[in-house]
Amino acid sequence: MLTRKLLSACLGAGLVAALAVSASAADITGAGSTFVYPVLSKWSADYNKQTGDKLNYQSIGSGGGIAQIKAATVDFGASDKPLEPKELSDGGFGQFPVVVGGIVPVINVKGIKSGELKLSGKVLADIYLGNVTKWNDKAIADLNPGLKLPDSQIAVVHRSDGSGTSFNWTNYFSKVNDDWKTKVGEGTAVNWPVGIGGKGNEGVAAYVTRVKDSIGYVEYAYALQNKLPYVLVQNAAGKYPKPNAESFAAAAASAEWGKAQDFYLIMTNAPGDNAWPVTATTWAIMYKEPKDASRSKAAFAFFKWALENGQKEASALDYVPLPESLVKQIEDYWTASFKG
Amino acid sequence: MSEALASLPASGAGVKRRDGAAGDRIFYWIVLGCGLFVLVALLAAAISMAWGGLLAFRTFGFGFIYGTEWDPVAQKFAGLVPIYGTLVTSALAMIIGVPISLGIAVFVTEVAPRWLRGPIGGAIELLAGIPSIIYGMWGLFTFAPFMSDYVQPALIDWLGPLPVIGLLFTGAPLGIGMLTSGIVLAIMIIPYISSVMRDVFLVVPAQLKESAYALGSTRWEVVRDIVIPHTRTAVVGGIFLGLGRALGETMAVTFVLGNTHNIAISLMEPGNSIAAAIANEFTEADTDIYLSSLIALGFILFVVTFIVLAAAKLMLLRIARQKGE
Repeated sequence: MLTRKLLSACLGAGLVAALAVSASAADITGAGSTFVYPVLSKWSADYNKQTGDKLNYQSIGSGGGIAQIKAATVDFGASDKPLEPKELSDGGFGQFPVVVGGIVPVINVKGIKSGELKLSGKVLADIYLGNVTKWNDKAIADLNPGLKLPDSQIAVVHRSDGSGTSFNWTNYFSKVNDDWKTKVGEGTAVNWPVGIGGKGNEGVAAYVTRVKDSIGYVEYAYALQNKLPYVLVQNAAGKYPKPNAESFAAAAASAEWGKAQDFYLIMTNAPGDNAWPVTATTWAIMYKEPKDASRSKAAFAFFKWALENGQKEASALDYVPLPESLVKQIEDYWTASFKG
Repeated sequence: MSEALASLPASGAGVKRRDGAAGDRIFYWIVLGCGLFVLVALLAAAISMAWGGLLAFRTFGFGFIYGTEWDPVAQKFAGLVPIYGTLVTSALAMIIGVPISLGIAVFVTEVAPRWLRGPIGGAIELLAGIPSIIYGMWGLFTFAPFMSDYVQPALIDWLGPLPVIGLLFTGAPLGIGMLTSGIVLAIMIIPYISSVMRDVFLVVPAQLKESAYALGSTRWEVVRDIVIPHTRTAVVGGIFLGLGRALGETMAVTFVLGNTHNIAISLMEPGNSIAAAIANEFTEADTDIYLSSLIALGFILFVVTFIVLAAAKLMLLRIARQKGE
């Protein structure tokens, strides 16, 4: 074990050295959220083909991304959890959303097909609190008249690693269930009252596939890839939209971005009729007055290209492009807040 | 005299000897440096972990070791759950892994036909080369389903109703948890322990064994009374090499342990281990106290490993004294 660790450390050091050589001064550098990594790498390849500029993004996690931008070792940090406006102004940062995605509850219950089961946010949170423990609990039965529910224990699956997915999931619970808000709260990692933890989206998907009568939550793309049956969740308007690109976009459009300072707005429980209730975004965080204005400028050029031209790639990877109204607001924010 | 010597061809040998002495001094400094490197690396690792965990130890005091709370939202941390999980899964791995390793080593050195020894020895060494993430994925996708479909329901039915021991085998057959982790860990450490055992069993003098056979000993008696006593120190060393690996194993355990902050008597229940908790939570540990608590856990693992190794040394010393060696 020790030798293997040493070996991998040596290899790692070699790789870093190789990267340092290949990364020329003009490369845009970024670090942070793993959630955006697939779309950023796709964008980066296309952008490189069109302009010759390279993006070097390291998906080390949102916490790491914030730490890196604070240390000014990268041109932008990416985080699934926005920084509060005060923290932004203290550090001289600005932030803006990059891409939208949906988080969906998935189940493995014999006899219940995808989209058949309906849950309200409150009941969903009660399941994760351990207040609702059986599939035929009255709270679930009342929402699903006519659906045959088994008399079995609910096996709850959550993320074991700190994650922006968990942050949005628990943030949603805090908005719709007071019990959750006081007992557990929101965060990239929380003290889960019940359930088992899977590592990463793939870990949760694997557990839900394997464990009978289980419920978990994954990014939409993982639910599709693993063909896991999803649950419909009642949104703030009282409707049950299907989780797909349209309902994620509806959530992004109906969120009141105009009123949010520095785009400090978490999209969960968005008000629109067709809005998927657990929609998430990732923010890019950059210095307002960067030491090296030309590097920052290159990063803005990349994000402008991505927001305006990168939408098709985002859709192909099951993300949702930002609605046009939001793109306009972001570009106004750039000119108003950032130098260079 | 010296002039006379200098004119002799033998003086060449003298020069050569002086060269050898210089080379020996260089060699001495090089190996001394290598030896010191281990000590420096060990000390540096210990100090940096203690330093990193200082904030957590200061904030939570001794409660960090015996408390069970782990709440990143309220910023309250205590390490008993992962410490417990680490010790239980490692103990399970040893209980399963050591007898099997012994069996493999005895078979390869004493029982197997000569043509079979090479392939089995090679297989053991290849097993050691598989990355732990592969064991983890195999555990999650292949072994956990097998456990939950066949092994665990049987254990729950047969052993669950028994008094006391039954408590270890209650609960739902999730397929993941302490028992599955222990078995996966056992498979991972078997190559280490058995290859050490095989190597030392091979160097037991043939005369000793032949004498015992000549006196009418069975194979088992030869192993028990000649081979194992003769190689005791190395065998215990090999076992603790395996234990050290089990204690620190990260990826494989992360996938099959369930990562739940929970202490349960039943081996069917999911839990958490120190290494798994660190691997899971390090990337998103967004506050100083959170990060410090994780590093403090690392320091505790370091101390636990140190205690285990020290205990092994003491045990060996005591055996040596009893035998009057």
